[in-house]
Amino acid sequence: MRELHQRLKSLFPLGELTEQRPDLGFVTVPAEYLRPLLLQLSDREGFTHLVLLTAVDWIEDGQFQLTYLLSNRGAARDLGVRVMIPRPANGLATMDGIHDIWPTAATYQRELREMFGIDFPGSPRVDEEFILEGWIDKPPYRRDFDTKKFSEENFNHRPGRETRDPEQYMKQQLYPDGK
Amino acid sequence: MKPELMKRMVKGPDGQEFEVEPLRDYYCEAAPTVMPAAYIKIVEDFFNWARSESIWILGFGTGCGAIEMRPLMTPRFDAYRYGVQWRPTPRQSNLFIISGYLSVKTLKRAIRSYEQMQSPKYVIGLGSCTINGGMYWDSYNTIKRLDDYLPVDLYIAGCMPRPEALLAGFMDMKKIIRAGNAEGANKYAENFDWYKANQKQVIHDWDMPDYNW
Amino acid sequence: MKIPYALLTLFIVVNFGFLQNALIQKIAARVGRRYGIPVWQNYIDLIKNYGQRSSITHGVMFYLGPVFRLSGGVGLLLFVPSIYGSEMFSNFSFAGDLILALYFVFFGTLGMALGAAESGHPHSAIGITRGLSQVTAAELPFALAVFSVALQYQTLSVTDIVAAQQGSILNWTVFTNPLAVAAAMLGFLGSMMRPPFDVVLAPQEIPIGPPTEYHSSYLALMQTNRAIFPVAKMVIYMSLFFGGATSWPVFFLKVFCIYLWSAFVGVVFPRFRVEQSIRWFLIWAVPIGVLSIVLM
Repeated sequence: MRELHQRLKSLFPLGELTEQRPDLGFVTVPAEYLRPLLLQLSDREGFTHLVLLTAVDWIEDGQFQLTYLLSNRGAARDLGVRVMIPRPANGLATMDGIHDIWPTAATYQRELREMFGIDFPGSPRVDEEFILEGWIDKPPYRRDFDTKKFSEENFNHRPGRETRDPEQYMKQQLYPDGK
Repeated sequence: MKPELMKRMVKGPDGQEFEVEPLRDYYCEAAPTVMPAAYIKIVEDFFNWARSESIWILGFGTGCGAIEMRPLMTPRFDAYRYGVQWRPTPRQSNLFIISGYLSVKTLKRAIRSYEQMQSPKYVIGLGSCTINGGMYWDSYNTIKRLDDYLPVDLYIAGCMPRPEALLAGFMDMKKIIRAGNAEGANKYAENFDWYKANQKQVIHDWDMPDYNW
Repeated sequence: MKIPYALLTLFIVVNFGFLQNALIQKIAARVGRRYGIPVWQNYIDLIKNYGQRSSITHGVMFYLGPVFRLSGGVGLLLFVPSIYGSEMFSNFSFAGDLILALYFVFFGTLGMALGAAESGHPHSAIGITRGLSQVTAAELPFALAVFSVALQYQTLSVTDIVAAQQGSILNWTVFTNPLAVAAAMLGFLGSMMRPPFDVVLAPQEIPIGPPTEYHSSYLALMQTNRAIFPVAKMVIYMSLFFGGATSWPVFFLKVFCIYLWSAFVGVVFPRFRVEQSIRWFLIWAVPIGVLSIVLM
């Protein structure tokens, strides 16, 4: 993994390598180098399989982190490529799609468009509804979306629901005399 | 509204152009009517007995609870010996089991399936999620009270209830049907406007007719 | 005087059919180590379906579909003699009834196709396409076997064919013309809607095929036919190949044994896709049928 990182580092401005496991590492790369890096990985280094494409909302830094997890079946190892893109407070973030390298990425990109509000212009059917139908609020996976508040405003609740601390409650139930 | 549901001109294979309005042409918009017991008491009791002994379930797993229905078909629980069978189409089913959490997207399908079923029809809410939201009580996408949207005859509590609990639920359902108290379809027809208002309150892109059997 | 007797035959066959279907389902369940449905379950289902309060229609053909299907089953039953040598239960048999029977075997399927097509459900259309192609393929070896038997006995009357098989068990067609019987019994598997040839109606496939939209009384009519039609079909098999029946107990026994053949095959083998089953019929059953005619 380290030797792969060294090789790639001579070609691209990569960040530090985070080695989660001997067969799983993560690197960070600036957004504009993502495509050549992915092409290099898939065409030269044998990382032919896109495992997943997902996002993390770093709301404090005003950034989205996109993670492209690639797998090299032959060498049985995975490499995650992280990209930080700016996160507008309202409206869509934008990123280039990779659906021409892996057609399956189009589905992930549709999901990210819907759940995080990250747009991938030109990706097939990216503007269509994916999981949510008739969504009216901001994308629900953004951290400034208050899911509890939304649920209380939108759905009828049945009264009588109580929340207890499990530890205290079980103690009370099992040892009522407080031993 | 989806484009395939819009009113539009269609050119047939014979070159003739005609207008298609899917919402009117493919569905019926007549509201359901109350269908009271039509026969004298003894005949109706006999039919109720037959209905209770021959429960056909719509094989539509709406949530994670559907996984508890599968073992009922297997040798270990074998619900068939109690006259409980699964049907793949809503037309032939009598009992709709809402199995677990119901997301808004699935609610739409559940309503359509329910309205396609023939009266008398029954609904069982399976699991805590259908009662008060269960572990999805603060989720952005699941409903909390099933009886606001469909007339529920019976709830089976638990997260998840075991297949034995389901079997016990079937037995209770049989008692309700035999006593002639399973009139959910009529309740739905009587309070149709209230149910529709509740449904439309959570389904924001209502793209089907109000009643589509 | 024939009509009341024919109705009596019908009554006996309907009840026998319901019980037999349930028993076969129970046997299949026991193979899977389940108890299966109670023996009287089919009656309750029937009452329940007649007792449904609402039913909707999709047009005239939608009404007529189950009616055609039922008349196919009843017609098939009533135009061949049920009990050989009995004045009461020879029904409306006549000199050329074998040809009419062949037609009635197909009649119900065609009526069903028209009715289900009117329902407009895409799954019905898919089910019909599958059903018609499979039934046609399964019908080929049966038709060839029938021709072979007709050539053998030089008659088209079922009564005469049964008469020719009386006397000894060795006079049965199954011993005098085994190839024709083999072809017909292979074709039989395909027309009983049991595995491995039940892709048309299996609930786990495209939702149960042609009857997708049928419910309430329509479905009840089709359930009634489901009891009559297999028995009627097996009566023909019994008369043509297994010496017919001279009394009701023999009738019940032989029909049940013929049904068991398809039930046993069904619990052992997994389901075929339609193109597989058509290929199977064309490769294994049809050549045997052709051979039986050539050797005749």
